[in-house]
Amino acid sequence: MDKQNIQSESAISCKSINKKYDTIEALKGVNFEVERGEIFGIIGPDGAGKTTLFRILTTLILADSGTASVDGFDVVTDYKEIRKRVGYMPGKFSLYQDLTVEENLNFFATVFNTTIEENYELIKDIYQQIEPFKNRRAGKLSGGMKQKLALSCALIHKPSVLFLDEPTTGVDPVSRKEFWGMLKNLKAQGITILVSTPYMDEAGLCDRIALIQNGQFLKIDTPKNIVNQYENKLWAVQSDNMYKLLNDLRANELTSNCFAFGDKHHVSVSNEQLSIKSLKETLDKLGHTNIEIREIEPTIEDCFMQLSQK
Amino acid sequence: MEKTIQHNSNKVIIAENLTKKFGHFKAVDNISFEVERGEIFGFLGANGAGKTTAMRMLCGLSIPTGGKGLVAGYDIGKQTELVKKNIGYMSQKFSLYDDLKVWENIELFGGIYGMKDQEIKEKTDELMRALNFESERNKLVGSLPLGFKQKLAFSVSIFHNPQVVFLDEPTGGVDPITRRQFWELIYDATSRGITVFVTTHYMDEAEYCNRVSVMVDGKIEALDSPKNLKNQFNANSMDEVFQQLARKAKRVDS
Repeated sequence: MDKQNIQSESAISCKSINKKYDTIEALKGVNFEVERGEIFGIIGPDGAGKTTLFRILTTLILADSGTASVDGFDVVTDYKEIRKRVGYMPGKFSLYQDLTVEENLNFFATVFNTTIEENYELIKDIYQQIEPFKNRRAGKLSGGMKQKLALSCALIHKPSVLFLDEPTTGVDPVSRKEFWGMLKNLKAQGITILVSTPYMDEAGLCDRIALIQNGQFLKIDTPKNIVNQYENKLWAVQSDNMYKLLNDLRANELTSNCFAFGDKHHVSVSNEQLSIKSLKETLDKLGHTNIEIREIEPTIEDCFMQLSQK
Repeated sequence: MEKTIQHNSNKVIIAENLTKKFGHFKAVDNISFEVERGEIFGFLGANGAGKTTAMRMLCGLSIPTGGKGLVAGYDIGKQTELVKKNIGYMSQKFSLYDDLKVWENIELFGGIYGMKDQEIKEKTDELMRALNFESERNKLVGSLPLGFKQKLAFSVSIFHNPQVVFLDEPTGGVDPITRRQFWELIYDATSRGITVFVTTHYMDEAEYCNRVSVMVDGKIEALDSPKNLKNQFNANSMDEVFQQLARKAKRVDS
């Protein structure tokens, strides 16, 4: 390290970052640190501020206030150093559509003063899957192949920190699993990864996550700790008429809230007076049949909903 | 198929051996299914399985190269304009015009579907009340949060009271609470007799459908209620069902 300061301990450090667009506060005092070699997930819906945060950290826009560093370098004063060291895959496909797969990769390698051969080992697993199509123009690739090419291009200069902005949005569940497998392999090679996603089920694949909504972090922790900090008991409830069940559960004064979760409803219960047995009796009286209630461990989505309602 | 399809008022969508070839590539390969009036039908598949092509044919936007289809009682090969008149469509990618106001978007789409001014006016008032949107009526759609926008887009897609509405990944990127409110709007629409044909990448949403089909390499590999599919594949969730089926895919997406 040619710069020694406290921040250089972390791969990414953000302190009180604020950013406004006209009257909209895109980021409101964001603080967090990402350790070297971590997969850190920024999880939240569209419009929460994820992309703004990525653009500040990759030195593409300036924050209104606050400080941030990447790989020990300040995003304002040392932006040129940062650009050499990071890989960035924006949410929108940003490669040259009228260049071929190979030409795109070559272009990015050249820009960073390197060659495909020099760092081939790093991208091999990913690039080999699209190599049969290396003479095809990037604009003619399918979504999945574009994603692999974009990741290869972001990696070709062997970055120390990789920024992936919603790499799996609109991607089917099978391809999403594959993509996360690739990230695990990159982590094993010592690359720090900051990745954003609107899919809450991907949270468990990160070492730590930040839940973001309306420009603010609701929580930063490991997925397991976030689940453990869920405040109420959570029950999964089923019956033969799920739509009526949802309304009946919401109307019940002893439940805190209730949301549909696939084939079950998740009911948050803070009141100690309510037992599974008594709720079952109540639902029975309301005419429900085949009622099943059991206590379950919350998912990250349950936690997000609880935190976002505070 | 030799025989002609009989129009049956309880079947809003009928596909028989529906096929679409691009050159030698069979994007949609001989699919057959029926959707009942008032049903929520989930149309799943991996990227490149042929969902979009099939949906475009059902909406009268692309002519099949083989097989037959009836949507809302009209032939998707020959009566495409009548098909379009009787359906609604909404996707995450295109829904409303950002630079028009809320009421202007409603008026535009109502007008396109041939609704009378008076009817548009009355139904707009009704809709604004139902969505609790009265203070947003004069705002530009572009200034609304995504969740609001998606709920409004869905309401606009069924504003002309179509027999069936096609929803292409309607909830992508939406926050978890709004995503669930969106599904409550879908339930409400079906309670009024509108049929819903929906694609999604959220597998928990597949569970909300009455029946679900899973496309793999242009073919429908499975079609049943979520409960029966889970039994059939010995799976705990629709995600597991999907993973088992989609892993069989041989083609390198479209």
